Amino acid sequence: MIEIKNITKNFGAAPVLKGVSATFESGKCNLIIGKSGSGKTVTLKCMVGLLEPDSGYILFDGRNITEMQFNERKEVRKEIGMLFQGTALFDSLSVEENVSFPLDMFSNMTKEEKLERVNFCLGRVNLVNTNRKYPGELSGGMKKRVGIARAIVMNPKYLFCDEPNSGLDPKTSIVIDHLIQEITAEYNITTVVNTHDMNSVMGIGDKVIFIHEGLKYWEGTNKDILKITDGELFDFIFASDFLKELRMRAHYENDK
Amino acid sequence: MVRVFETFGEYITIMYRAFSKPEKAAMYWRETFRQAKDIGIGSMPIIAIVATFIGAVSAVQFAYQFSSLNLVPMWWIGSVVRKAMILELAPTISALLLAGKVGSNIASELGTMRVTEQIDALEIMGVNTPAYLIGPKIAAAVFVVPMLVVIAVFLGIMGGWAAGVGGHFYTTAEYMRGVQDGFKSYDVFIMLVKSVLFGLILATVSCYKGFTVKGGAVEIGQSSTQAVVYSSIFVVIVNFVVAFLLL
Repeated sequence: MIEIKNITKNFGAAPVLKGVSATFESGKCNLIIGKSGSGKTVTLKCMVGLLEPDSGYILFDGRNITEMQFNERKEVRKEIGMLFQGTALFDSLSVEENVSFPLDMFSNMTKEEKLERVNFCLGRVNLVNTNRKYPGELSGGMKKRVGIARAIVMNPKYLFCDEPNSGLDPKTSIVIDHLIQEITAEYNITTVVNTHDMNSVMGIGDKVIFIHEGLKYWEGTNKDILKITDGELFDFIFASDFLKELRMRAHYENDK
Repeated sequence: MVRVFETFGEYITIMYRAFSKPEKAAMYWRETFRQAKDIGIGSMPIIAIVATFIGAVSAVQFAYQFSSLNLVPMWWIGSVVRKAMILELAPTISALLLAGKVGSNIASELGTMRVTEQIDALEIMGVNTPAYLIGPKIAAAVFVVPMLVVIAVFLGIMGGWAAGVGGHFYTTAEYMRGVQDGFKSYDVFIMLVKSVLFGLILATVSCYKGFTVKGGAVEIGQSSTQAVVYSSIFVVIVNFVVAFLLL
C-alpha cells in the first residue's frame, strides 16, 4: 500500500499540487485521472521520487521515502517498476537486453537464469521471437509490452504506469489495460496508473482518484463514477458529445 | 553571476556522484570499455588524417621560412616539427577535434536519454545515473585521449618527413637527425598532462551539458553546440595555464 499525505509542489511561484492526500491499495489498479495540467503527472513523479515534494509525506508500506537518504531510497526503488508514457526503452539495447538490464545491474543470477526470467516476462506480456529486435523495430503496442516486461522483471511490489495508452489504438489500449490488471492481481502489486482515458477508468479502475487544479477532487470506484451528475468530474467524464448523448439515451431508456 | 555559481555547483554535484561507488563493477567496466572503443577507435581516422597533414604543412612552412633565411640548417626542421607536435599541435588540435566529434556526440546522447525519460527509467530502477552514464565516459576519455595524442604526434612527425622528403627540402637522414636532436622527455610529460586534462574537460563538460538538458529536440541541439563551444574554450585556457606553469 502507498499513502501520500498533504503533498504540495510548486514550480517557481506556480503551485501545481496544493495538498494532495490519497491511499493506493495493494492488489488493485489505482487510477489517477484528471485534465492535462491538473497535476497528476507531478503527483506520480513525486511518488516515484523523480520530483521532491515541497511538503507532505509519501509512505511505501509505512516507509517514508521523503525522509530517506539517497541510498535508503535506492533500496525502495528496487521494489518499483515503472511503465513510462514514451516507454523509455534504451534505444541502443535489444528487447532482451532492455528487459534484462535491471537483472544485470542488481541480481546475482547466472546468464541462463536471467535469460529464463527475461523469456518468462516477455512471454507473460505475449511477446515471442522479439528478443533480438531493437526498440526502433517495434510497434507502439509492442514497445509498451516490452516496457511492462522490464517493469515486472524484478518482481516489483509497486507498479507505476504513466499514460499507458497514449498513442495506442483503442483495441491495443484494452489489451495493455487488461495486461496491467492481470499482472496486478497475479502478483498482488500496488499499481498506480496515471491516465485520462475513460475506457481505462471503466475497464480497470478498482479505485479512481480525480485530481483537479492540484487538489484531490473526488475518490471512488469506477462504478461510483457513473453516478456523478455535475461538477468538474462530470465535465471531465462526459467531455465528448458522444458520451453525453449516450448518457442521455440511457436516462431516457431508464425513464421509459 | 549567481547563475554561474549555480551551474558550477550543479556541475560539481553531478561529478561527485559520477565518481561514487558503482552498483555492479562489471557493468561499469563493460560500459567504460564500450566508451573507450567509441572515443578511441571512432576518432582514430580523423585524428590520423588531421595530425598527418598538420605535421606535413608545418614541415613545408618551416622549410619555406628556413630556405628564404638561409641561416639555419634544414635538419632543424625535424627538431622544430617534433617539438611543435609534442608540446602544442598534437594535444591541442586533437582536443579541439575531439571536442567537436566526441563532445557533441556525448551531449546529444545524454540529452536524448534525458528527454526520452531513459535517465528517469534508470533512476527509478535504483541506478546511480551519473555514476553509470558519466563515470565511464570520463574514465574512457582520460584513458584514451593521451593515446590518441601519442598517435597524433607520431603521425604528425611522419607527415613532416613525407612532405619534406617528397618536396626535396631535406633528406630522411637530415630529418631524423633533427627529430632526435635535443629530445627532452619533459616535453612528453607536459603533453601527457595536457592530454589527461583535455580528456577530463571534454568528457565532463559534454556530459554535464547533456545530462542537464531540459526540453526537446531544440534544446538537445543547443546543449550539443554549447558542449563543443565550452569544451573548446576551456581547452585553450587550460592549454595556456599548463604552458605557463610548466614551461
